[in-house]
Amino acid sequence: MKNKSFVSIDQCSKEEIIHLLDNAAKFEAHPNRKILEGKVVATLFFEPSTRTRLSFETAVNRLGGRIIGFQDASTSSSSKGETLKDTIKMVSNYADLIVMRHHLEGAALYASEVTNVPIINAGDGANQHPSQTMLDLYSIRKTQGTLKNLVITMVGDLKYGRTVHSLLVGMSHFNPTFHFIAPEELKMPEAQKDFCNDHQLSYTEHTDFTTDIINQTDILYMTRVQRERFTDLEEYERVKNVYILKNEMLAHSKDNLRILHPLPRINEIAQDVDNNPKAYYFQQAGNGLFARQAIICKVLGIDTL
Amino acid sequence: MSKTKELQVAALENGTAIDHIPADQLFKVADLLGLSKLNNLITIGYNLRSKKMGRKGMIKIADKFFEDDEISRIALVAPKAILNVIRDYEVVEKKPVTLPNEIKGLVKCNNPKCITNNEPMATSFHVVDKTRGVIKCHYCGRIIEKDEIIIK
Repeated sequence: MKNKSFVSIDQCSKEEIIHLLDNAAKFEAHPNRKILEGKVVATLFFEPSTRTRLSFETAVNRLGGRIIGFQDASTSSSSKGETLKDTIKMVSNYADLIVMRHHLEGAALYASEVTNVPIINAGDGANQHPSQTMLDLYSIRKTQGTLKNLVITMVGDLKYGRTVHSLLVGMSHFNPTFHFIAPEELKMPEAQKDFCNDHQLSYTEHTDFTTDIINQTDILYMTRVQRERFTDLEEYERVKNVYILKNEMLAHSKDNLRILHPLPRINEIAQDVDNNPKAYYFQQAGNGLFARQAIICKVLGIDTL
Repeated sequence: MSKTKELQVAALENGTAIDHIPADQLFKVADLLGLSKLNNLITIGYNLRSKKMGRKGMIKIADKFFEDDEISRIALVAPKAILNVIRDYEVVEKKPVTLPNEIKGLVKCNNPKCITNNEPMATSFHVVDKTRGVIKCHYCGRIIEKDEIIIK
């Protein structure tokens, strides 16, 4: 990967993560600045995504930059059969920065190899979504006051959950203790458990979602259990209501517990949780703005904050 | 080595003999080296008995000498293969194949959603475990075990 592209959380050292989070905090204090004045940012969303795209576009707008791009591959020249490489090279003539989401894995990394314009990966298939991880880390640090030595409980679809896998990597620098709560069919894959073992990260696996674990937890990261992911539909029917968080389950949780969810939330967090002050998922999404502003400045080499 | 086998290897006047190829990888090795496109005299031995490996394969190619990077291509599927360089009927050099750290362009990624399967581009793999022949796609991160490797 050339230049300063931001493609995967794996590429970030502990220091880089901390630096990004520090900058995100500065942006939270002052999100409107003119540091991108004169810059053109291309948002190339080959695969649609309203939340992430709006978050990146707001980040650019509030920093005084201008946006070009497309929201869906069908309106781009990809529909005429143009290769990704050609599209990226063409857009590189116009933009100072490219933010891209693509349905194929490795697309953003490849893009970063064919151009000198920095690439920010806004999601490539089931692979990486590093700006989501940054906003998750920012949310954790903000609500807990630190990233170190926390008890992090991940619930739901741990097999296919891209955000969960990335969060593991992001948190690996900070001595976490993990609890993985998932149905048997969707449990954390071996590759991720090997990663934990290789990095001396302690974890425990559970199939039951109990208040016992909730009461030990600092960060409760909920994800959705989808019917489509199950090969055994009888198992889905058995477990579909097990991994749902209800307000009463939080009765004896720690004061500092916060509930995160990458969204969209369907039924895995009951509506009655929303009014609990420990529900943090909407503020979490809001933090995406500051995290993305920090990432944009990093890849453009802007550090005078 | 038995007398008969020594004769087999030394029977080349000039060329390369590759020994200790696992029998079940022999034809893959032949593919990787592009043997079917050569005009040289080639002898292929299959299911030869080996004290070390039970069954093995061997390839002798007359008047052909390989570059290191050509040979390292077979290291994935035959990590214990030995290369014998022969000149004037003598084995002048005997070296094991070495697995490089990166493999470019040889192996197909078996993830259908990998960009490499959907764009006109070269594949690239990092070798993560040399002894077990495990590789990882540079682009999508898919881990491929030795048995699942598909040569393009």
